[in-house]
Amino acid sequence: MARFSALTGRTAALAAVLALLSAPVLAGAPKPEIPRGKGDQCVEPTEVMRRHHMNFILHQRDETMHRGIRTKKHSLAECINCHVPKAEDPARQVHADSPKHFCSSCHTYTAVTIDCFGCHSDVPQETGVAKEDLVVPVHGSAPALDLEQEAARMVQAGGKAE
Amino acid sequence: MSENRTTDEGRRQFLGGTLALGGIAVAPGVFLVNVAGAKPADQPVTDKVRWGLLVDTTRCADGCDACVRACQEENGWGGPDSNEVKSSDEQKAQWIRKVHLRNKQTGSTHSLPLMCQHCEHPPCADVCPTGASFRRADGIVLVDKHTCIGCRYCMMACPYKARSFIHEELHGQKVNAPRGKGTVESCTFCVHRVDNDREPACVEACAAEGRRALIFGDMKDPDSEISQRLKRLGVRQLRADLGLNPGVHYEGV
Repeated sequence: MARFSALTGRTAALAAVLALLSAPVLAGAPKPEIPRGKGDQCVEPTEVMRRHHMNFILHQRDETMHRGIRTKKHSLAECINCHVPKAEDPARQVHADSPKHFCSSCHTYTAVTIDCFGCHSDVPQETGVAKEDLVVPVHGSAPALDLEQEAARMVQAGGKAE
Repeated sequence: MSENRTTDEGRRQFLGGTLALGGIAVAPGVFLVNVAGAKPADQPVTDKVRWGLLVDTTRCADGCDACVRACQEENGWGGPDSNEVKSSDEQKAQWIRKVHLRNKQTGSTHSLPLMCQHCEHPPCADVCPTGASFRRADGIVLVDKHTCIGCRYCMMACPYKARSFIHEELHGQKVNAPRGKGTVESCTFCVHRVDNDREPACVEACAAEGRRALIFGDMKDPDSEISQRLKRLGVRQLRADLGLNPGVHYEGV
């Protein structure tokens, strides 16, 4: 009898957890509406960007800040230039505090708070950087980012944001 | 004296000619001597160059603030559109300021712009607890705002009072000059321009005014205009006694 009730209890708990997990789905939590970017293809495959965009940006951040490397491929400014449409009327421009903004659309859904736009521009602006092929870096390739290594490093760091 | 100068100028022209020949391409994209500043975007900066600025105070006019306005426009600080509405004038951002000097004994006056002096041994970087203040290989002193915690030790350490702290939330920052609340900032020598082979905004504005009181260039290139000008008499660093070896030099003070 005791055994039975323990089992029942466990099942009930499991059911409760499952119910909690599926609740938003049942309630139909609105999926983010991700605005389409310019062009056909991002600088990396979509699934890679979804999982690793923060690593690319973080890597590029230090390269640019400390070593003056200004390739466009993984630059935050170029993310914005492609993914945030420029409104003709400045009053109608979508900013990072709106869930319609490309970055905010997903970050709102996943409850991720970023502070990039406390300093960085959240709307497209001319960078004045020399024209360069966006997808294929010139002069061979920029130092490639080992995604597996990068992911392992993040796991080690306990998934903490830097 | 005048004879010496003629000889020197002859030598300079000769050296200049030789270096110009050295810069000629032997094949497309391959140079005998790498021309300073022409850095590909994917290459890191090196210590083969050291950027410096010469301020010719004899050409700097009292009342002209073209350099300050150009810096504000380029980097998005100050000006009528500034978001810093609650800060006092002393608290507000000041990347570059015009300073007026007057010798009390003789009454002689000077007007000059003062900004980050881009020291070889920057005290701001020495005292920074997080490594946010640092000196790039090419001599440009910067604040990495990603690691700046806003403690403002650097502001106290700087003998030139060249840094400021942002007290308020900002909006509409320039893409090339990210800046935000809780971080320290100062002149960057317009690093985004320098990396693209352009001169800082203040230098361009001064030339556009027809004054050319600001000369920017590579101090390690013996052929550059700034290297030639630094040899002149009356060129000095501010507070050279501190031994910081600033990259900014002043002529005529």
